[in-house]
Parts: sequence; C-alpha cells; structure tokens
Amino acid sequence: MKSVFFLLALLVAALFVASLLIGPAGIGFGDSLAALFRGEGGPVVLVMREIRLPRAILGLLAGAALGLSGAAMQGYLRNPLAEPGLIGVSASAALGAVIALQTGAAAAVALALPLSALAGAGIAVALILLLAGPRGGALALILAGIAISALAAALMSLVLNLSPNPFAGMEIVYWMMGSLADRSMTHVALAAPFILGGGLVLLSLGRGLDALTLGEDAAQSLGVNLPRLRLGVILGTAATVGAATAVAGAVGFIGLVVPHLLRRLVGARPSALLPASALGGAAMLLAADIGTRLIAPDADLKLGVLTALVGAPFFLQLIWSMRRVEA
Amino acid sequence: MSGSRRGSDRLAAVLCLALGGAGPAAAETAQPPARVVSMNLCTDQLAMLLAAPGQLVSVSHMATDPLSSAMVEAAQAYRANHGQAEEVYMMRPDLVLAGTYTSVAAVDLLRQLGVPVVQLPPVNALSEVAPQIREVAVALGRAAEGEALAARFEAGLAALSSDLPPVSAALYYPNGYTAGEGTLADDVLGHTGFRNVGAEAGLTGGGTLPLERLVMAEPRLIVTSTPYPGASRSEEILAHPALAALRRTAGVAVTTDADWICGTPALLDAMAAMGAAREALP
Repeated sequence: MKSVFFLLALLVAALFVASLLIGPAGIGFGDSLAALFRGEGGPVVLVMREIRLPRAILGLLAGAALGLSGAAMQGYLRNPLAEPGLIGVSASAALGAVIALQTGAAAAVALALPLSALAGAGIAVALILLLAGPRGGALALILAGIAISALAAALMSLVLNLSPNPFAGMEIVYWMMGSLADRSMTHVALAAPFILGGGLVLLSLGRGLDALTLGEDAAQSLGVNLPRLRLGVILGTAATVGAATAVAGAVGFIGLVVPHLLRRLVGARPSALLPASALGGAAMLLAADIGTRLIAPDADLKLGVLTALVGAPFFLQLIWSMRRVEA
Repeated sequence: MSGSRRGSDRLAAVLCLALGGAGPAAAETAQPPARVVSMNLCTDQLAMLLAAPGQLVSVSHMATDPLSSAMVEAAQAYRANHGQAEEVYMMRPDLVLAGTYTSVAAVDLLRQLGVPVVQLPPVNALSEVAPQIREVAVALGRAAEGEALAARFEAGLAALSSDLPPVSAALYYPNGYTAGEGTLADDVLGHTGFRNVGAEAGLTGGGTLPLERLVMAEPRLIVTSTPYPGASRSEEILAHPALAALRRTAGVAVTTDADWICGTPALLDAMAAMGAAREALP
C-alpha cells in the first residue's frame, strides 16, 4: 500500500510539472524553469510565476479538495454515490460565490467570496445529511441531491441573469462546469487556507470513519463521538468544496471516480482512502486542466466537460453494479 | 461566444454584420423619406447626424447605452425600438435603416410588408467610413449634408493620422478578447502610430488572445475597456496581476468603447485619444 501512495505522489508531481510547462505561449523547458526559479527572462517570469504557477497550484488544491471530500462523504454515508458535484454541494457553493460577487461583498472584502461559497456548501451538506442521513439509503441521497442541485443551479442562474453586467449571464456555464483559466495568486491566497484547513479536518476523521464501517452502534461502542464526526464531515466538506468552487467553479465527478478507483488499490478503509483520494483527485484535476489546454487551446474548454466525460460512464457503471447487488 | 442576448449585443456591434447588399433603394426617389426608423446602433448614429429635423422617428435601444453608443444624449430625443418587426411596422416608417446582420428576420418581414429597407454593412476600415456616410445621406435625401460630414471626417482623418514610427499596442477586453487584422480598431491603431499585437499574433477579425501570449508580446500600450457595473469573471482578467505588472511597464489607455464600434465621426475622438497616448510614449 505504501507503494500506491508513492506512485500517486509521483503522478501528482509529474502532472504538476507538466501543468507548469504546457501553455499557449510555447516556452521552452529550460527557459520556463529558469524563469520560475531564478526569475530570469523578462516576460517569461511573469507568465510562469503569475499565470501558470497559480493555475497549477489551484489545480492541485481544488482536485485534492474534491477527491478528499468525495471519499469523506462516501465514508460517512456509507454510499459510493455521495459526491459533492452530484449531490448539489458544488452547485450550492457556486451559488454562494455568485451571491458574494454580485452583491459586491467580494469586492468590498475579498474573504467574502470563499466564506460565502463555504456557507453555501455547508448548508447543502447539512441538508443532505439531514435528508439522507445514515438510514436514508442510496435513493434518498440521490433524490435529495438532485433537488438541491437543481435549486442551487436555478438560483445561481437567476442571480447571474439579473446582473447588470452582460458578461455575468454568459458565465453560468463557467460556474456549472468550472475552469482554471487566468486565475492568479490572489485566488490561491483566498482558497488555500480553507482547502488546507478543511482537508486537515477531513483527514483527521479517518479513524472515526473506519469504525463507522462496522455500523453506528459498533462505532459508538468503540468510543466514536458520532455528532462530532458528523460536524467534522460538514465543516471539512464545506471548507474544501466551498473554497475550491469559489475560485474554480463547480467541477463534478472527481469525488466519485477517484475514491471508486482507489478503493480497489488501498482497500475500503476510509483512513487509507482519504489521503489516497486527495492525491488521486489532484492528479485527475491537473490532468483534466492539461487536457483543456491541449484539446482546445483557444476555446477555454471547461474542466467539468472532461471530468464528466470520464465520470458519467463510471456513474452509470456504479448504478449498474448496485442494481445487481440489490436484485 | 454564446449566451445572453445583452452580452452578445455589444460584441455583435463590434464584430457587426455579415454579407448582403444595400436594399432596394428608397434612396433614389425624388421625395425624401419623411418617417425614418433605424434599427442598428451604427445606422442610428449616422441617421441622427444626417437626418432633417423631424425626419428620424426612432432609433434602436442600443443608442442610449453609454457603453456602446457615442451619442447617448442625442438618442434620448427619439423613441427607442428593439429591432422587432412589429413595433417598427407600427411606427409606419417610409424608410428603415438596418445593419446587414442584426435583426435579419425583422428586416425580411418588413420587406414583405412593403416597407423600404436600406441595409448597411459594418465598416471594417477607416477608408470605408466616408462612403457609408454618403450612402446613408443619399438614402435620407440629404446628400449635401452627407457630403459636408464626409468631408469633415476625411479632413479629421488626415489631420489625426500619425507619422511616428509604429510601436506595439494591444487591445485587451473581457475574456481576453482582442481585435485582429481587418477590423476597424486595428485600422485605428495603424493610423495612430501603433502596431496591433492581436494582428501580429495571427488573428483576423475578433478573437481571444491568451493572457500568456499577451504578456510574451510585451506591448508598449494596452487599450482596455470601461468595465460594466456588477461583477463578472470575464472582466476579472483585466485585473489579473500579470496584466497589472505589464501595465506598470507599458502605457495604458482606457478608452470609451463607444467611439470605436461604429463607422461614425466619433472614431476621430478615438483617434485623438490614441494619438495623445502615442505622443506620450518615447
């Protein structure tokens, strides 16, 4: 299992470097690195440090956030379909972000953007746990998720359509599909503290979630504080997904595909699956972001398009296998 | 570019219109039209400049948008139309001015209803402005006024053309949008002592220039637009730290977009602003 983590870390590192080296400006390998580390090369420095580096860092952080929160929610709900994008957490975070931007709160206080997205995500997670809690089952989870998703997306579209800014209405697709184009270090500074903090909270839940796999009663008898575990899932997911969505838009399916793939490699134990999913999520989002730049360099292809192309068939396959189990 | 009508209006105005000839000419009739309706931002402005008092009945709603129109105050004196056949027909016009691209369905319908329509293509070069002024003037039966305005424009164009050695300039708008070769904005730059980075990057017409490539081109001047009220991610690119760093070394000209969009004498204001910016550069 150690080797799985090592290989995942290596993959993330390789994709991170690739993300730094690939871009429309077509700068050579040596020049890129000289500019990045030694600050040599005039405009190349600007491109590397202010455009590509923040993009790669955000890809890493947002991907880790989505992978990790997916694994945590699946662990807590003991349901492989729980994923922030599918159950409306990302859409609610996007709604929060859009409200902060359009009311001018984000322009007045920069922190209002991640905080408002965090609040949106938090409300959605809390609602999901309430509606589809430990005894809710897969159907209740997905139905509650569809309702929350639809409501959040509709409200977000409404806010953007009512904006006096004509560009805002065109950005509905960005908020629904996500993109890392033209992000800056300002966005990294806004999102990183919340993603790292929320990520630590989620990682600390591993043992409690391990115990929960045996059932609630068994977990309680093992000394797990269930209300505290639930609070940790809510706050951790809200912080990671909220901050990631506030700067990158809602990117779906990463929290579904990554834990699903890695469960076979590291086992179904949440304490191992959580860190592995963080690494896997980072790798998947970095790869998707590189894909958007390679497939259609000038078209600003959205991240969610690529993750859904990979993720939706996974989702179908999961439903298929669950059908067989239930039948 | 897809999506909201309002958003694309401004771009459509910049990119303007496609093919098509000037319509069946109500132009040559002995009797000048008495009730003229204009349905396009650019024909609005030419008609307001050229029409006799009381001759022009209505202009498009775009004419009162300060971010698109160079003649907002003048436009407030007219009824606004929204480019729909029904409302225009009910104004009982005896001449309709329209673009060759905007409100195509409405124009077809109006023609079927027997309303004379003159369609004007977008101008993509400064040299096309004076001929279009004359064309609209003839359609309005105001050839003498048209000749005078066209002559004033040509004189202004000659006076404002710069012979300073060209330096690089970039037009940079929300979403990284820029104007390449064969656009009015490109021609304005060419006449005021600038080389257009967008055109050098191989763009023809309008298109997007990734921020990376803008930074690598190291333009000496960056021309950006006035942001709309309300927030948008599209406009956030104009506040990107990389662009801010570029601005510290390059000159910046924030211009009124309205002056650049249409082939009207407002272009001379755009040229004067760019000429001043060029003079300020070493």
